[in-house]
This record gives sequence, structure tokens and C-alpha cells, in this order.
Amino acid sequence: MDLVFDVIFYIFTFLAVYVQIFLFITFLENRKNIGNNKEEIKLVKYPAVTVIVPCWNEEQGVHKTIRSLFNLNYPKEKLKIILVDDGSTDNTWGVISKYAKYPNVRVFHKENGGKYTALNLGLEHTDTEFLGCLDADSTADKQALVRLMHFFEKVPELMAVTPSLIVDNPRNIVERAQKAEYYMGVYVKKMLGFLGAIQVTPGPLTIFRKKVFDDLGPYFHAHNTEDMEIAYRMQKHYYPIEQCLDAFVYTNTPSSIGKLFKQRLRWIYGFINNSIDYRSILFRKKYGNFSVFTVPSNILAMAASTYIFGRVIWEAVSFISSKVLQYKTVGINLTASANNIDFFFINTQSSFFLGIFVIFLVILSLSIGYRLAKGKGVVSPDLIYFFFIFSFIAPFWLMKAVYNTALSRRPSWR
Amino acid sequence: MHQNPIDWKKYLIVFLFTIGIFMVAIYLSNYFGEKKISELKSIQDNIALDILSSETQFSLLSELSCKNISSSVLSGELGEMGQKLEWGEKNLGNTTEVLYLRKYYSLLEIKDYLLIKNISKRCGTDYAFILYFYTTAENCSECERQGIVLSTLRDKYPTLRVYSFDYSTALSAVEAMLKIYKIEDTKLPAVVLDDEVLTGFQSLEKLDAKIKKSFGLEEIIPKEEATGQNQTTNDKSSTENAKPITE
Repeated sequence: MDLVFDVIFYIFTFLAVYVQIFLFITFLENRKNIGNNKEEIKLVKYPAVTVIVPCWNEEQGVHKTIRSLFNLNYPKEKLKIILVDDGSTDNTWGVISKYAKYPNVRVFHKENGGKYTALNLGLEHTDTEFLGCLDADSTADKQALVRLMHFFEKVPELMAVTPSLIVDNPRNIVERAQKAEYYMGVYVKKMLGFLGAIQVTPGPLTIFRKKVFDDLGPYFHAHNTEDMEIAYRMQKHYYPIEQCLDAFVYTNTPSSIGKLFKQRLRWIYGFINNSIDYRSILFRKKYGNFSVFTVPSNILAMAASTYIFGRVIWEAVSFISSKVLQYKTVGINLTASANNIDFFFINTQSSFFLGIFVIFLVILSLSIGYRLAKGKGVVSPDLIYFFFIFSFIAPFWLMKAVYNTALSRRPSWR
Repeated sequence: MHQNPIDWKKYLIVFLFTIGIFMVAIYLSNYFGEKKISELKSIQDNIALDILSSETQFSLLSELSCKNISSSVLSGELGEMGQKLEWGEKNLGNTTEVLYLRKYYSLLEIKDYLLIKNISKRCGTDYAFILYFYTTAENCSECERQGIVLSTLRDKYPTLRVYSFDYSTALSAVEAMLKIYKIEDTKLPAVVLDDEVLTGFQSLEKLDAKIKKSFGLEEIIPKEEATGQNQTTNDKSSTENAKPITE
């Protein structure tokens, strides 16, 4: 039985190393094309863009979000803002309706129907060639939109461009762990962009050509992950998505383990169920790297982290039970010799070296993420929080998402 | 819109890279594994040399007084070897080399045991030793507990020699030991103390009392406890370890 567990462990480790090296080689191939532009960009032509802000009980943060849109260095007459109150029960409507006085702002109120319905209402009132959404918990950097639009100017066939998401003002360990994760996400997303294999077009300020929705239809409920489903749909129809490294959007992240658990449960549940819904495009070479690399490596990450976590727990339980057995048999043994610090007893199995290598690769991705986003490669203590929180808690939301899928239970938004 | 082509060559190159990394990990693991095995071999060689030397010394001095045989004739590395071998069996796997080392170790234990028996017989000295029979062929939770008790006793009495034998070792000398003491696999673990065969799990208290009674050993006192006690106690325990064999 041990042999079976070992074989599974090595297969997972092999695939995990494979995925990391694949991304790293993609990085090396494209490193000359990666520029973090610090200078202000001027476009030849400034196309009109609509940004939809869906709100549900966001009276606290929405003001900051809207102000960040007003501060964008994009011509005011070319930027239209649609604020949609999706049946909030707090004073969100009172806050956003005050913005109706601005000529480029339109404000709507509707009954609560979920984020995708708010987005679709905005879509119905969009008449510009480009559009995006900005979640009410995020703020856009001044340069973000012009940089995103610069991509469309450089590569006219692009259908969507996603920004780099950065955790806004992390205050505690949970948020700092996510800060590290988001930096790594910047790197992974950029590499997937090079591979033409991005699987999420995040709510905070991904800019689309309106043609995407004209051709492919509006947002769907999509298991509460409409920003993932639209990316799957675009990949299915070969609509290219890119990632813009230096367009920063600052987002608020869950501040407690409980909230993080709920958010990730929704994301993973969405991933599993969207992947089931789009199973016909998986492992099919005609759908490119998205089909044979992105989705399989996400499935692998889920399976491997759950398995390795299970194994670590098993080892810990065995260790504790051997100590309990020892205690039960001989009590607390004060005379036990503590002189076992001998090189001989250090584990030198191949799994040990591979484990170290995988950790090295994760640190490498994080440091590349930092470098890409901030222009310098610094590994901060956030990395420790990241390892700690994500290694111990992620397997639980993964397992819960699988469990919910098996029982067809939908996780709620909040 | 057009298809996004897949660069299969890249997939293959990454595959080869990953294979390469695995090869390096396996190479490193083998390298250190072999180093550990050669460390075990070298300890065994030392033990073999010690035993041979003691046997020779014993033969040479057979006509002389027992006063000339000191306790240093006994190899001190047998216990360390046992620990490392046990760890090796768990972590390096039961390879042919490890199995060979286990057999060789059993043989050295028997030789050491015979040597002290001979010295005891001729010089009339009581050596504190325990024979311990266990099995790894089947799940024996009692053996695991017995092992813990014996390790504790060994820590408590550094001069106590514990000779452990795996029932399933396919070695005629071990089989002979099993026959001599009439050890059956259904009654494992078994402990032989002062020629008395005790089958089944034996508690720490019971064995401790028997050791004290049979061999008159004194336990070493942990440093924390010893601090603050009078000097005599420390002297006593330190002389215990280097006590010469007397007639």
C-alpha cells in the first residue's frame, strides 16, 4: 500500500515540477518582451470606454472606487461610467445616486439578482466599442486604463486585456498572505497570457471589446463566477485575452480566514463547475494551451495539494500516536538520550530533494511576480504567511468545493 | 478568430527537463543512501574488529588472571549500530544491502553475546544483558511497545546490553538462538533475562525490577536531576560505567 501512495506522490510531484518549469521556460522565452512601463503612455487614438460598477451593499467602499475612475488619466468625454445598485439593503443607492449629476455617469437601481444581472444591465446600456467592469471593492491606478487600452492599440485583434491585481493596503496576516499570492498571480497570469491560455478575466477592470458580448452573449450566472465563465467562453471561440503587467488595480481582499474560505470556496466551486460545463473543450489540442495546460494544471494543483496535505496529516498523526504510545508505555522518559543530532538520521530520500525543489520554484515564481509588478525582485515575509495559510487551509476549501459539487450545493457570494 | 497553436516541442523539452530534475533527485538520494550504508558497514567492521580483538585477547589471556580483562573489551558501538540499522530499514527501504546488514548485525550480536557469556563463565562476572526477540513479518504492536521499553532501559542503564533479533531473519545462527530459548512466533515479543524466557509484553516496571535484582545495576541520573545532589552520587554513576571486571 505504501508503494501505491509513493507512486501517487511522485506522479503529483512530477506534474507540479513540470507546470512550474513550463511557466519558467515561458518566462525565459519572453523575458525581453516583458517591460514594466513606468512612463506615461499616450495613445494615438482614445477610443470610448464604458466602465460598469456593480454594487451590492457597498456604501462604504464604492465612493473610493468611483473616485479612482474619475482620476484615471483618460479623456473624460471618452470614459463613461455606469453605476448599478443591485438591490442593496444599505445606503449604496443614496451614495451612488449623487453621481448622477456628472454627464459621463449613469446610475441604475434594480432588484437584487446577482452580480451578473447587474453587469448585464450595464451591458444593455453600453454603446462604446470597449467596456469593462470595476468591482466596488477595488480601485484603479491612474494609469491603468490607458495602459490596458495601449494593448488594444498595439494588437488590434485582442478581445480582452486583464490588469495586474494588487492587494490594497494589507493589514493582517491573512491579507498579507494574499498579497504574496496575488504577486505570484501576476506572474502566472502574464505567462498564461503569452501562452494564450488565460482562464479568468477578473471583475476588477478587465477591458473587453464590446464585440465579445455582441457575438457571444451576455454574462451568465456561471456558478457565481461569471468572470471565469466568460473567459472559458472566449477561449472556446478563440477570442484572444492578454495580460497587461503595468496596469494596476488595487483590490480589497478577505480580511479573515472565514471570509477567505468563503471566497475561495466560491472560486474553486466555480472552477470545477465551469470546467464540467466546458468539458468538451478540455484536453483538445484545437483549443490550445488553455485546454491542455491551464485547466489541467489547475485540476492538478487541486488534487496534488489535497493529497499532499492528507499525507502530511497522516504523517503527523503517526508521529503523535507513536509519541502517545511511548508515553503510555514508559511515561515521560527523562533519561532518553537527546544526542540524535547525527547526519545519518537526516532524511535524504528523493522526495526530500524534490520537496525542496518545489518550494524553491514557488519562491522563484513569487520573486518573479514581485519583479514584474514592482520592478524589483524582493521576497518578503508575506511568503511565510502565504505558505502557512494556503498549505493548511486551501485543502479544506478544495475538498468542500468537491463535496458541494457532488451534492450540487451552490456556495453563496458572501 | 483563429486557433491558438500548441508548441509541442516545448512540452517535450519541459518533460525532459523535469525528468532531468528527477534523475538528479534520485541520484542525490542514492548517493546519500549509499553513504549511509557505507557508514553502517564501517560501524559493523569496527564492531567485528572489536569482537575479534576481544576474542583474541580472551584466548591470549586465558591462562592469566581475569583482572587483566577490562570492560573496554566490549564493543560500544553495538547500540548505535542497532539504532541506525533500524532507521535505515524504515527509510532506506529493505534493499538487499540493508537485509544483508541486518543479518550481519544479528551475527555480530550473537558473537558479542557468546563472548560475554564466556568471560562471565570463566571470570564469574555478571554482565547485564537482555535477549529480545520480535518480528517484522507481521504487524506486532506489542513488539513496538516492547522496543520502547527496552530503549528506555538502555538509556537508563548504559552498561545494559540488549541483543535484539528479528524472528524472520533467515539466518541459521538466529534460528539456533530461537531453538535454544524455544521462542515461538506466536508468543512474540519475547525477552530473555537472566536465562528466564518472558513471553508477551513486559512492562518497564517489571523489567526494571528484574534488572536491578539480577544484575544490581544502578541507573544513570539525568543531568537536571543530578544538579544539586551530592558529589558521591555522580562519582558512583561514573565509576559504574568503567567498572573493571573482577574475579
